[in-house]
Amino acid sequence: MATEPITKEVAGTCVDAGGSALGMPQLCFDWWGNQIFWLVIALVAIYFILARIALPRIASVLAERQGTIMNDIAAAEDLKRKAEEAEKAYDKALADARAEAQTIAQKARDEIKADLDDAMARADAEIAAKAAESEKAISDIRASAMESVEVVARDTAEAIVTALGGKADAAAISDAVTNRMKG
Amino acid sequence: MATETHGAEGHGEGGGLVFHPMDQFIVEPLFGYGEVGMFTITNVTLWLFLAVLAIAGLMVVGTSKRAIVPTRSQSIAELAYGFVHKMVEDVTGKDGLVYFPYIMTLFLFIVFANFLGLIPMSFTTTSHFAVTVVLALAVFLTVTILGFLKNGASFLELFWVSSAPLPLRPILAVIELISYFVRPVSHSIRLAGNVMAGHAVIKVFAGFAAIAAISPISVLAITAMYGLEVLVAFIQAYVFTILTCVYLKDALHPHH
Repeated sequence: MATEPITKEVAGTCVDAGGSALGMPQLCFDWWGNQIFWLVIALVAIYFILARIALPRIASVLAERQGTIMNDIAAAEDLKRKAEEAEKAYDKALADARAEAQTIAQKARDEIKADLDDAMARADAEIAAKAAESEKAISDIRASAMESVEVVARDTAEAIVTALGGKADAAAISDAVTNRMKG
Repeated sequence: MATETHGAEGHGEGGGLVFHPMDQFIVEPLFGYGEVGMFTITNVTLWLFLAVLAIAGLMVVGTSKRAIVPTRSQSIAELAYGFVHKMVEDVTGKDGLVYFPYIMTLFLFIVFANFLGLIPMSFTTTSHFAVTVVLALAVFLTVTILGFLKNGASFLELFWVSSAPLPLRPILAVIELISYFVRPVSHSIRLAGNVMAGHAVIKVFAGFAAIAAISPISVLAITAMYGLEVLVAFIQAYVFTILTCVYLKDALHPHH
């Protein structure tokens, strides 16, 4: 015990012969100079490391990130607007196409209708002409038939009268037949 | 007894329990033995240097990629930056941000010194009044000088509580003046006292571990104390920093 701690004893008045602290080492003012000297050096070093390198770098990184986020948000907004515009344009194109299709369909319908009307009119006229022709033919036939009937009737009457032993008066028979025919 | 037993807790003769909870705070030369002079490289030097190194590692090496999407270490560095930056801005206002690097220096130094001190067998620089008194006095002197530079004589209105009734004001002024000068004392003793007490208590519990019957309780107690010390390490750094901000606010805006 007596030999080893000799080296310790020179540490000062704050350490006992065994190398243990006497009282609070914090209050050993022999050591303050050393601590303060190295502390000031450490603080100055930390200050320069922070102020010269670390803090500006972190500040710039944070600002850059903020800027990037802002830009991204703006870009997203822009893209959204573009998408909306595109949708609007698409809707408009769709509506236009629909309207055009409608007009084309209408036009085609109109054309077809006109053609149809034309054809109908032509057909009607043809039919009417044909009908008139037929009517005329019929009336001709009827007239000729009437005449024939009159002639036949007169001839028959004359023949009957003659057969009955009378004397056939042509004029009288003709009158009589005409009267009958009217009746 | 061998020479190496120096500093180990519970060493003594006859097997009795002997506690040396304060031995961990002894300043000694790092190389060889001898007088601790002003420029001697001591364990203080080593742990201060490690604190500087750790801070540089986190704040410089950790952020060296300048990534838009931060890496883990850059994230921590940014978190620390944002934490202190917001604190300074919230407490002192926009014009206090000029002093942000100083406050960041204080905060990071105390945090790293406290946490390095939690490594077993390490030396806790912030447990020494020599360190905390320098820190607190630096804050006190800076704030006082700054107060007079920024506000001139009207800085003294800090002690003249104009919202109190006139007869009370001189009494309040004396109280305010005393409290103002007590600031560096409480500022420094709060930090060193908290850190030192926790570390000493852990050593005391560690001394009890020599008795087999109590050792499980002792180990549990050390674990619990260590957890508490982790909290204290951060909280004391935070308290020191926010008080610095509050004092700075007084210097910048003495008329509340």
